[in-house]
Order: sequence, then structure tokens, then C-alpha cells
Amino acid sequence: MSSIVSLPDQTTARIPKRNYITNENGIMSWLLTGDHKRIAILYLISITFFFFIGGALAGLIRLELLTPQSDLMAADTYNKVFSMHGIIMIFLFLVPSVPATLGNFLIPIMIGAKDLAFPKINLLSWYLYLAGGALTLWAMISGGVDTGWTFTVPLSTHYLNTNVVTTGLAIFIAGFASIFTGLNFIVTIHRMRAPGMTWFKLPLFVWSNYAASILMVLGTPVLAITLVLVVLERTIGIGVFDPSKGGDPILFQHLFWFYSHPAVYIMILPGMGVISEVISTFSRKRVFGYSAVAFSSVAIAVFGFFVWEHHMFIMGVSNYSTLVFSFLTMLVAVPSAIKIFNWAFTLYKGSITFETPMLYAFGFMGLFTIGGLTGVFLGSSGTDIHLTETYFIVAHFHFVMVGGMLMAFLAGIHFWWPKMTGRMYPEKISQLAAVVTFIGFNFTFFPQFLLGMLGMPRRYAAYPPEFQVLNVFSTAGATILGVGYLLPMIYLVWSLKYGKIAGANPWQATGLEWQIQSPPLTENFVEIPVVTQEAYDYEWLDRQKEREVTQVG
Amino acid sequence: MDSPTVAVHEGAHHEHPSYQRHHFVTMDQQRESASFGMWLFLLTEIMFFGGMFTAYLIYRNWYYPAFVAGSHTLSIVLGTTNTAVLITSSFTMAMGVWCAETRKRSGLILSILLTLVLGLVFLGIKSVEYHEKWVQHHVPGLRFDAMTFVHPKAEPGQPVEPGLPLDMAQHTEIYFSLYFAMTGMHALHMIIGMGLLIFMLIKAVQGAYDEGNIAFVENFGLYWHFVDIVWIFLFPLLYLISRHQ
Repeated sequence: MSSIVSLPDQTTARIPKRNYITNENGIMSWLLTGDHKRIAILYLISITFFFFIGGALAGLIRLELLTPQSDLMAADTYNKVFSMHGIIMIFLFLVPSVPATLGNFLIPIMIGAKDLAFPKINLLSWYLYLAGGALTLWAMISGGVDTGWTFTVPLSTHYLNTNVVTTGLAIFIAGFASIFTGLNFIVTIHRMRAPGMTWFKLPLFVWSNYAASILMVLGTPVLAITLVLVVLERTIGIGVFDPSKGGDPILFQHLFWFYSHPAVYIMILPGMGVISEVISTFSRKRVFGYSAVAFSSVAIAVFGFFVWEHHMFIMGVSNYSTLVFSFLTMLVAVPSAIKIFNWAFTLYKGSITFETPMLYAFGFMGLFTIGGLTGVFLGSSGTDIHLTETYFIVAHFHFVMVGGMLMAFLAGIHFWWPKMTGRMYPEKISQLAAVVTFIGFNFTFFPQFLLGMLGMPRRYAAYPPEFQVLNVFSTAGATILGVGYLLPMIYLVWSLKYGKIAGANPWQATGLEWQIQSPPLTENFVEIPVVTQEAYDYEWLDRQKEREVTQVG
Repeated sequence: MDSPTVAVHEGAHHEHPSYQRHHFVTMDQQRESASFGMWLFLLTEIMFFGGMFTAYLIYRNWYYPAFVAGSHTLSIVLGTTNTAVLITSSFTMAMGVWCAETRKRSGLILSILLTLVLGLVFLGIKSVEYHEKWVQHHVPGLRFDAMTFVHPKAEPGQPVEPGLPLDMAQHTEIYFSLYFAMTGMHALHMIIGMGLLIFMLIKAVQGAYDEGNIAFVENFGLYWHFVDIVWIFLFPLLYLISRHQ
């Protein structure tokens, strides 16, 4: 197989002595840093930590479901385990995954700035995230919470005696971490672009993070106030969501999903940005329909705010509004499809090579498409009534979130690993990991579509014996998937010391981040660049290289 | 170089004021970023309060008589006074920003002090109102009794209001929940703002705003006006429901 990887001569190549990692030493230089790249690394370490906790909980869930009886743990323990799995994975992993790590690291560099607009707020965001994470862990250790990640009232306010308040406050705090990240991105992208870097020269990664930031900034505060009201309802019984006092639990659902549906796009949009970069780089072509892909991100963000009620079709909302929201839900499929088709056209007649990020990107395209199409089943109010609250919905959002977003996250981590660390990951084993992940993923979650169609409800520790075969498949797949996630953890850490020196631009990619040394200097650019080339202009890159050769020669 | 991708930016050689942060190319960029960031933050605040306004909208439509009855228990005198106090504090804050822009240190200090005092007056009046609610058993959850709305007591010099049916009377608890949640959140924003005011006062006394580095003052001004505007909405929605009846 051909490869576009071009590494410097390993016998003479060195990691640049001055870079953002070596610039200052000592733990305090990290804990008090304003450097967006260091904060990205801090975020990366913390979200990986929470990812593996959430993953361990997922493992427990699958182990319990290996047998029809509730035998590994009691039913209420099971409730706590899946609740905590959801809360950790959504609020502490998926929401910050790409924006807070890759976005933090790359957006200033991609637009030709020295840092995000508000470095201190960026650091504050990480501390808020940590505080939220610590509180969540505390809630888990001191007895757990069993509301599900949705904090559904009146269950969470009246009927459960678990740590709802602690967890609610944890999510409230972590929410502000997300708001501050989004706010920082929007201001940075508006105000800090290098001379010549117009909106339509921005890499699509920046566009998609911009769209996600809009959602973070507008959606998260609504979740914050909702959680405040839940906490007040639970602690002093103010009655806003209490039907016995005239309050309406459906109002809670509206407010909660007003955030939590857009949150789905907060999670997926930055991943789509990663895929755009990866697909273009490894097929050596400009992304097909650049402006359509750019605007589809914004369209997803806008439409995303008007579909929340499709989470509530069975909750007794009016049939007419169900019709409207069902229709609007179909609309949001359009920009997602635009992206998928444009990526496919980018591949068409491209010079495709199959490095690890590309493998993950292919995984994303396939699995996200399945996840998206099954979303149409759930968005149609008729089929939704049959499928909602079954394993079908579990499979659907895991296809989008794990098959889509996590694949995109791993694609991005591999793609920019050389830039972040200056060293390559080992190619062969990482390709293996990508394939293992893909296989394990399908084994885990495809049977769940069937289980859901057959009517197995979600969120129960026990199930009728006839569902066991498919559940065993799913659990077996989860083991493979677990290996697929542990592998990168091991070889990426290994590569920090033993990986090949990557050089500035191992992929021959066009983004500004590839035109500077790896790892970058603390100030990113020695001189602020003046941008004249379009995004993904590979001919421009070739001309640059030619000129370098002639100048050196 | 014919197509310079990495060229020296023209502005790089200008003299920069000491308070320009290293990652901004120009002072204008820094100022615009800060103010844009503040406006965006205020947008998140609108969404934050928006959740409660939505709840208010729905419940007021459902339980209109309860909202009228609940609203009539609030003191219109205290509410109006507080509105006046808060608008005045916005004025003094605007004066503060102007003083900072024109580098009048003593004027700035005076404005901050006045704003602080007016903020305290507002919170003082608010706490009087809260205390009154506590005495009247109008605090939802903790100390609530709907019976005063079923059998209203005659106020001296005023006509007796007709009582509400029991179930509607009980829904006044929703009104008071929203009253406390909305004014409470507003008061919390005031308290945070006053903390920042004290911080700003210390900095102003030290002369931190004499050199033109006044982004903090300007952006805090925006925050203070925002908190004021929230109250401008809260006052009619909570105090003035159907006062002509």
C-alpha cells in the first residue's frame, strides 16, 4: 500500500529544543498555564481518565447483561451503574472530547493566532471541568445516583434517595466549563484570524467547532437553570416541576431536551470537523463542496435547536406538535447527509491512502450513516412509539456517539498526535486497533438494534431468556471493543518516548498547523502568517516545497 | 517572495501599551475581543434566565388567577422603589465608565461607591420583602400556606379581594416559586456584581485604570446594566399583574 507519510531522516532528526512542552518546567507551569496547547493536553489527560471510568462502567453493564437474571449486581446497583456511565460519558467525555482537546490545541493555530482570546478563562474552564468531574466521582463513591443521565422528574425529585443534588451541581459546574470553551472559540474565530484568513479560507474543523460553540453558548445555560430548579425542587420543594402542586414535569422535559438535544450536535459537530480534515488529507483533494460542508455545520447547529421534542413523543405532548417536530427532525438529516455525500465525493478520484486516521474516518462514515438513518426511524412519530425506550434507541445513539464521535476523536488524536507530541504513533498496530475497534463496535451494538426491534427495554438489569443470545453477542463484542480502546492508550503512551520523529508535516497536509514545527512553539508562530492560499490547496503546498528546495539548493 | 505566506505582519513593530496581552496583535483587537466576549456571555445569561421566563409564561397562562392573587401580595411601593434604585445605580455605573474613559480617578471611585451603596439598598429592600413573605407563609416548600388566598383578610382601607377556589389558591405556590427563583437568581447576580465592584474599587484606588486599561470597567458596566435590565422585566411580570382590578 502506498503511503503519503514523509518523515525526516531519523538518524539526524531531533525534536526541536524549544517548544511548548519544554518552554517551562515544573508542575506549576502546567497548572497555571495560559497556553492553549498545554490546557489542551491537561484536558486530554482528564477526559481520558473519565473515559476509562465510564468505559469500566460500560463493561459492568455488559457483564450484568450476559445473563437474563440480575445476578452480578442488584437491580438498583445496575441503575446506578448505567446512570453513572451515561453521565460520565456524555458530560465529562463526549461534550468536551474534541473541542476542549483538539479544538483547544488547533483552532488558534489553524486561524493563525498565538492563543485563544481568553487564556485565563480557558484555564478556568479546565478547573471547572475538574471540579465537576470530582463532584461526579464523589457522588458515585458516596452512594451513586440512579436517575439515568436525564435526571427525569418527578423520579429525581421525589422518588429517589440518591445523590441527585451532588450530581446535578456537578453537571451545573461542568456546564460552565463547556460554556467558557465555546465562548472562547467564538470570540477567537471572530476576532483573532490572521491577516488574509477570511471565513471561507478557514479549515472545516474550525467551522464545525464554531457551530458547536454556538450550541454550547446558547444551550448549556438552559441546562444550568433546569438543574438549579431540579435541585431547588428536591431540596425545598418549590413545586415548579411537581404535579401535586400544579407544576409540570413535561416542562422539565422541554427545558432539559432544549439543551440535551443540541448537546448531541455539540458532541458530533467537532468530530465532523475532524473527519473533513482527515478525508481531505488522505485523499489529497480539497473537500468537495467546501462551502456546503461549512454551512451544513451551521445548519445543523440552527436546526438542532428546533427538534428537541422528538425525545418526548411518548410523554403526552400534543399530537400536532409531535407532527411538527417529527418533520423538523427529518430536516436536520439534510445537512448531515450533505456532509456524508460531500466526503464521499471528496474520496471520488482522490489518491486515497489508508493511514490510521483514515481508517477511523471510514469507520465514522459508515457507522454515523447507520446511526443517522436509524435516527429517522426514531424521528418518525409512528415508529418511535414502538422503538423508544428499547435497545433500538441505545444502539442508535451509540452508533452516532461511539461509532461516530469516538471514531472521529480517535481519528483526530492519531492525525494530530505528531503535531502535539512531535512523534509518530506506531502505524501497524494502530491500524490494527482501528480495525479491532470497528469490528468490536459492530459486534457490540448491532445486536442491540435487533433486541430493540424485538422489544427489549433499556435500563433493566434483567430480561426474558429469549434475548440472551443477542446479549451474549453484544457483551462479547464489548470485550473486543475494550481491547480496541486499550491499544491506543498503550501505544500512544509508548510513542511519547519511542515513536519516530515526525517532523513538521508528516502527512503533507495543508493546514497552517502543519507549516510550523512539531511540537509547536509556545507562541505558535514566529511571525503571524499572512494567508493567501485557499484551504486544502495541495498545489500550493507543492509549490511551497519546490521553493524550499530551490532556496536551500 | 512572490506569494508570501509567512511574512512579517506590518503591525508588529508598533509600540504597545504595557497592558496589551502578548497574543493580541493590536490593542483594538484586544479591546474588541473582550467586549465581544462579554456580549456573548450576556447572551448565555439571557438563555439562563430564559428558562425561568419560559416557565413563567406557561404557568401564568395556566394559573392566571393565582398569579394575580400572588402578585397583589407584593408591595408595589417597595418594588417601585427598588426599580428606581437599580436604574439610578445603572446611571452611576455609566458615570463610572465615563470617568474611567476620561481618566478621572476620583470620579470613578465615587461612582463605584455610589453603585455599591445603591446595590446594597436594593438588596436591603429585597430582604425586607423576602422577610415579609416568610412572615406571611408565602415561601414555597419551606413555609407555605395557601389558605390566605382562599379567605383573604381585609386590609385596612382596601376592599376585600374575593377568595380563590382551593385548587387555584394552592397554585399560588407556583407563582411564589417563580418569584423566589427569578428574583433570587437576580439577587445572586447582584451579589456577584457587588463582589466585582469591591474588587474594582480596590483596583481603582490603586490607580489601575488611570492608564487607559479600562476593559474591565467597561465590561463590568455591561454586566451591571444587564442585571438591571433583567429587573426591568421582572418588575412588571411579578409585581404588576392586573393591578387595575
